[in-house]
Amino acid sequence: MPYRVAQTHASPHVHFIFEVLCALRILAVRFCSEVMNRFVQKLLPEDPDLRAELRLGLLRVLVAANLLLGFLYLSWRYSATINWAAWPIAIGLVIAETYSYIDAWLFGLTLWKLKQRGEPPPPPPNATVDVFITCYNEPVEIVRETAIAARDIRYPHRTYLLDDGNSPAMQAMAEEIGIRYLVRSEEWKGKQRHAKAGNLNNALCHTNGEFVLVLDADQIPSPHILDRTLGYFADERVALVQTPQWFYNVPPDDPLGSQAPLFYGPIMQGKDGWNAAFFCGSNAVLRREALMQIGIANYVRDLELRVQRALRTADTLLHKAAQQVKTAGNQALQAAIDELHAAVRTSRRMLREGRPIQEVTWYFQQCAAAAARPIVADDLARLRDELTTIPGLEGDDDLTSTLSRSLDDEAILHTLTTRERSPLAAIATVRELLLAVDIDRADEAQPVMPLATISVTEDMATAMRLHAAGWRSVYHHEILARGLAPEDLRSALQQRLRWAQGTIQVMLRENPLFIPGLCWGQRLMYFATMWSYLSGFFSVIYLSAPIFYLIFGMLPVRTQADEFFWRLVPYLITNELVFAVAGWKLSTWRGRQYSLALFPLWIRAVISAIGNVYAGRPLGFVVTPKVRQGGTPLWGVLRLVRIQLITIALLVLAAVWGLTRLALGWQIEGIPTLVNVFWIGYDLLMLSVVIDAALYQPDEQEQPMSVAASAA
Amino acid sequence: MILQIEQGDDGVTIVRMEGRLDLLTAADVKHDLTDLVADGRRRLIFDLERVSFVDSSGLGALISSLKAARQAGGDLRIARANEQVRTLLKLTTLERVLRPYETIEEARAGYTSIAAD
Repeated sequence: MPYRVAQTHASPHVHFIFEVLCALRILAVRFCSEVMNRFVQKLLPEDPDLRAELRLGLLRVLVAANLLLGFLYLSWRYSATINWAAWPIAIGLVIAETYSYIDAWLFGLTLWKLKQRGEPPPPPPNATVDVFITCYNEPVEIVRETAIAARDIRYPHRTYLLDDGNSPAMQAMAEEIGIRYLVRSEEWKGKQRHAKAGNLNNALCHTNGEFVLVLDADQIPSPHILDRTLGYFADERVALVQTPQWFYNVPPDDPLGSQAPLFYGPIMQGKDGWNAAFFCGSNAVLRREALMQIGIANYVRDLELRVQRALRTADTLLHKAAQQVKTAGNQALQAAIDELHAAVRTSRRMLREGRPIQEVTWYFQQCAAAAARPIVADDLARLRDELTTIPGLEGDDDLTSTLSRSLDDEAILHTLTTRERSPLAAIATVRELLLAVDIDRADEAQPVMPLATISVTEDMATAMRLHAAGWRSVYHHEILARGLAPEDLRSALQQRLRWAQGTIQVMLRENPLFIPGLCWGQRLMYFATMWSYLSGFFSVIYLSAPIFYLIFGMLPVRTQADEFFWRLVPYLITNELVFAVAGWKLSTWRGRQYSLALFPLWIRAVISAIGNVYAGRPLGFVVTPKVRQGGTPLWGVLRLVRIQLITIALLVLAAVWGLTRLALGWQIEGIPTLVNVFWIGYDLLMLSVVIDAALYQPDEQEQPMSVAASAA
Repeated sequence: MILQIEQGDDGVTIVRMEGRLDLLTAADVKHDLTDLVADGRRRLIFDLERVSFVDSSGLGALISSLKAARQAGGDLRIARANEQVRTLLKLTTLERVLRPYETIEEARAGYTSIAAD
């Protein structure tokens, strides 16, 4: 396993320190796993089924032990050890430990139902399948490889290239190799595009296979991918079969942490056990009927909400207008407003009584057409000008689209009703508002969006809606497609950021703990993924606690050293054992390093997702580049991880300071210092991964020709 | 065209179909219905009496056609749906939007006077 360092830029002594650190770390990890491997090989029986059963049993014992020990540790921490003299860090630390303990519960529950499915059922004889390859400005050569492999999938199917980049070269390639080519239809002109979800929704509208295999542009499928997955759909309730994502351009030591063996393994298998394995965006087969059903249900829910809002806003506006007119004494206008107001009230009543929306809006349009006759073009023009001054609305769309968008946002609606305006303008607003809501949304290309558009990770949101509607999902644990991982730190970080942001968006918009239709196991499984993305805040506490102690003498835990050890160490050891058994023969170490080391990124993801959901600020969505972003000088890469580098420096400084004090006899009690220095050592081990990553240069020879060629 | 058209003298057009309104026929039905709307037949009643099966792609086609009819100032009503269709309407909650009328007359009556109560 080669440890890679860039040949240039870094100074020799920095090199030396990292070489030693990393060599030590690799030796230690190897030694442990080797010893464990030999030991376990002797103990286990030959039969794989029996092995799997034994493993699950062992896992459950370890999980239970870990959670029990954790409970004992944490209740002791709460009741007897909080050092109030250093309360900010003391409270912070115990909260962080609680976060981790809840995480241990969620992880433990996931593993509890680990489902190893084995051989899949045989595929049905004549299902119709569409294979979708989504692309957006990826290099044609990369897409070609995927497209040829998709075309050559053995099970009969139709292959479509969904090109959101509208590129003539892509179209020529599709024609050349004999697959179909799809771009957005006319309806999408000037409407919200919804990135990949929109691309897939457009394609669903123009195809008709019973099943859909979704592939990212770089995910090269095996010829038997459909033979191995379609069989699960024999169960009429199954809506989704997800297979792993695996990357072929990643070296064995995976410096950027691209492979996710713990996720596409024990975690997804555990979620599968709870019927909560979710759609991960690629390498999955979906049932069209299921997608369409949730698309329609969502259309109805959205429409009902918007009609309610529109009528309520109209009611408020007309109420104000009626009072104004009364003082002005304009008889004709007063009659028009009263008529319209009565229609709005009746419509609201009809809606409350559960009359179909079709009838309510039909009734209203008939009444409004008559009542709104006094409106002239001048009023509409004035209204349009007025609307453009409301923050959140843009003037460059047509009036109906602008008002349609306002119905998604309570704040904008509120502004709409509190503006001072003439009674005529009020009537115009009401009429336009109700036109905007009529039976669909004027600002969307398709009334029915089968793939959820509430998040940049449309996959998870869609799966959650499927589960909530009672559909089942399957995780089939077999690599059936091989893809390209980002090859430089910047792209890798962008990708991680997008996933985290998307997951948090879903948590804020459709929280799995509260949306109806899910069973509690499913709720917790979705929540587990979201919970894990909150770790950044707590990592800051973990990382700063030893610094606070060693430099400022603020000790968060007040206890005897030996008692502390006896309570904490068994908890930590069982925790490690859970990981060891769950991630057996998998390299889960990288993933764990990154989950701590990327703490600034997780924090940024949460904050930006909150800003996006509640204040409409953009996320800065970027499509993950599939080829290396060449030519970045070293300091530019290091800048990406500057917070981690500063943290490393502070930790080293704190350790040196603490040890110096101890050596000089300024500090009499040695154990707290040593414990904290030990923690710092562990933290440095975790954080050091970002230096590996920043210095990583992919080895051109290791890669398939096409990537290197297209990057040039 | 897989639809049979019957133009009434009250401006309401009755559209009939035979067979399945599913993922295979949905696109054609949507196409035909939007063509009718474009031809100026904006008030439509879709008679489902002889439609044996509808799936959610079929419902999607109805929603798209309803949208087209509404944009032209008209409407699309469905009538005489069988048990399977009603179950699907309930399952997808589309019955909150689209009312399945029992008879053609009822659907037609709605056009001239939708009563508020």
